[in-house]
Amino acid sequence: MTLDASSLQVVKAPERRLRRADRSRGASVLLHSALVVASIIAVFPVFWVFVTSLKPDARAVEPTPTLFNQSSLDNYTRVLAGEKGDFLAWFGNSVVIALMTTVIGVFISATAGYAASRFRFPGKRGLMMSFLLVQMFPFAVLIVPLYNILLALGLNGTSIGLVLVYCTTAVPFCTYMLKGYFDTVPADIDEAGRVDGLSPFGVFWRLILPLAKPGLAVTSFYAFLTAWGEVAFASAFLSAADESKTLAVGLQVFVQQNRTEWGHLAAASILVAIPAIIVFYLVQRFLVTGLASGAVKG
Amino acid sequence: MRRFLDRYWYAYAMVLPVVVVIAVLVLYPLAQGVFFTFTNINEGNIANPVLDRPASYDVVGFKNYLSVLSGGESYGAFWDTLVRTLIWTFSCVFFHYTIGLGLALLLNRQVRGRTIYRVLLILPWAVPAFISAFAWKYMFNAQYGIINQVLRAVGLPDPVWLGQSNWALVSVIIVNVWLGVPFMMVALLGGLQSIPGDLYEAAEMDGATPWQRFRHVTLPGLRSVSSTVVLLGIIWTFNMFAVIYLIAGPNPNSRILVTYAFERFFSSASRDYAIASTYGVLILSVLLVFATVYRRALRKQGEVW
Repeated sequence: MTLDASSLQVVKAPERRLRRADRSRGASVLLHSALVVASIIAVFPVFWVFVTSLKPDARAVEPTPTLFNQSSLDNYTRVLAGEKGDFLAWFGNSVVIALMTTVIGVFISATAGYAASRFRFPGKRGLMMSFLLVQMFPFAVLIVPLYNILLALGLNGTSIGLVLVYCTTAVPFCTYMLKGYFDTVPADIDEAGRVDGLSPFGVFWRLILPLAKPGLAVTSFYAFLTAWGEVAFASAFLSAADESKTLAVGLQVFVQQNRTEWGHLAAASILVAIPAIIVFYLVQRFLVTGLASGAVKG
Repeated sequence: MRRFLDRYWYAYAMVLPVVVVIAVLVLYPLAQGVFFTFTNINEGNIANPVLDRPASYDVVGFKNYLSVLSGGESYGAFWDTLVRTLIWTFSCVFFHYTIGLGLALLLNRQVRGRTIYRVLLILPWAVPAFISAFAWKYMFNAQYGIINQVLRAVGLPDPVWLGQSNWALVSVIIVNVWLGVPFMMVALLGGLQSIPGDLYEAAEMDGATPWQRFRHVTLPGLRSVSSTVVLLGIIWTFNMFAVIYLIAGPNPNSRILVTYAFERFFSSASRDYAIASTYGVLILSVLLVFATVYRRALRKQGEVW
C-alpha cells in the first residue's frame, strides 16, 4: 500500500474573499444583529422548554410566564425514576433502534451510492429515479401493507422490523447524498488502489469510505434523526408492552394521559433531545461540506 | 449472460441490499396500497391474523376516486384541501429558501463567531420533530403561551392560534419554516463555498455592484444546489404530516392532503384504509406531475439533470 488515504485533501477549504477589514463598522453591526436575532429565534423554543422543565407543573401554566418560578430539578429526578412510565427502558430501546438504523442504513446507502457513482450498469437510472419516487408517497398510508409484510416475515413487534422500515425512509436520501459525495472523490484513487491489488470492495472499504467522512457524517445524522424522533411507525409496529416502547411513543402516551403536566413533559423532552444534540454536535463541522457536494452533484 | 454478470456483478452486489429493502418494504406495499384504492377495505373487513378472521372486502372499481374527487365534505373536501396544501407547500418552501439563502450569505462572510452562529442556527434541525412540536404548542397556547404574552405586552391583538380559524394554518407554517430553514441554509452555504472566489474578483474588477455580483455570479453558481433542494423541499413539505398532526391535531383549518389521509387511517371510527390509500395515490400523482414539469422546465433552461 503506497497510498495514504487520510492525507488526501478532497474538499478544498473555502476561499476567503471578504476580509473583515473591508467592512464598515455599521455593516458589521447590522450583520451581527441579523445573525443574533436569527440565532435567538432558532434557539428560543428549546430554551423555553428547558426553562419550563425546571418549574413545577402548576407554575408552568401561569398566565404571566417568568423565567424562574420555584425551579428545581425535581421533574428530572421523577421522570428518570420511572414515575411517569418506564423512561429508561424507552430510552434504551430508542438508542438501540436509532443506532441500528444509522449503521445499517448508512452502510447499504454507501455501497449503493458508490456503485451508482463509479460503475455504469443497466438499471442505474431507474434506480436513482425510484429513490425520488419513494420520497413522494406518503408513508403513513403504507402502514397496513407494511404490517402485513412484517407479519409474514415474522418481524412484527421486533426492533429489527422497525429498523428496516426506518431504513426505507432514510436510504433514498442517504444514497443520493453519498453518490454526490463519492463523485467528488477522484476516480484516480480507485485506480491506484486497484493497481496495488485491492478488489473493488477493498477499494471502497479501505480507500473511499475513509475519504468520505463528511458525507458519511451527514447521512448518519440524517438516519439517526429519522429513527430517533419517529412516532407513527413506532406506535404501529412495536408491541404495546410498556417496556418495548421507544421514547417518541412513550412520550406520546404520556402527553395523552397527562395533558396538564407541562413541567414533567418538558423535562422528558429535554432528556430526549440531549442525545440528538450530542450527535448533531459531533457531526456539525462536516455538515456544510458533506451536504453541499451531495446536493451540487445531485 | 455470463459476460453480463462478469462485467457487472460487483456493481449489482453493491446495490442489491438497497434494492431488496426498497422492493420488499416500499414497492410491494405501494402496489398493495394501489390495489386497496379499488376496494372498500377498512378495519371491519380486513384479514385479521390475530382473530383468525379472513378478509371480506370487495373490489369496488373507481368508486373511491369518484367519491374523493367529487370534493364532498365527508371525503375531506379534496379540492379545498388541495388548495390549502399548495398554499402550505409554497409558503413554507418560499420562506425556507429565502431565509435560508439570506442566512447562508451572512454566514459565508468573515464574521467573528461564525462557528457558534452556525451551530445555533442549525439547532432546530437537530431537535426531534415531536419535541419541537411540543415546544411550539406550548408557546402558542392562547392563555399561558409566551407568544400571546409578548403580543399582549406590546399591545397587539392576541389571536387564538390553534383554534378553528386560519390562524391554525399560519401557526403550523411558522413552525415548519422554523424547522426547515437550517437544511436549506446548510445546503446553500455549501453551494456558496463551492463558487470560485476568482469569479467575484473578476466581477469586482469589471466594476460590478454588490447586487450585480449577487445576481450574475451568486445565483447562477447556486443553480444546481437550488434546483435539487427546492425539489426535495417541495416533496417533503407536501408530505409533511408530523408537524401539523402533532401541533394542530385533526383541525380542518390546517388540514392538508397527507394529514387527512392519516386522519382517515387512524382517527376515524371505522379506519377507512381504502379512502386513505386513495388519498395516497392522488398525492403521489400530483407530485409526479409536478416533478415531471419541474424537470422539463429546468432542462429547457439548459440544465442537464
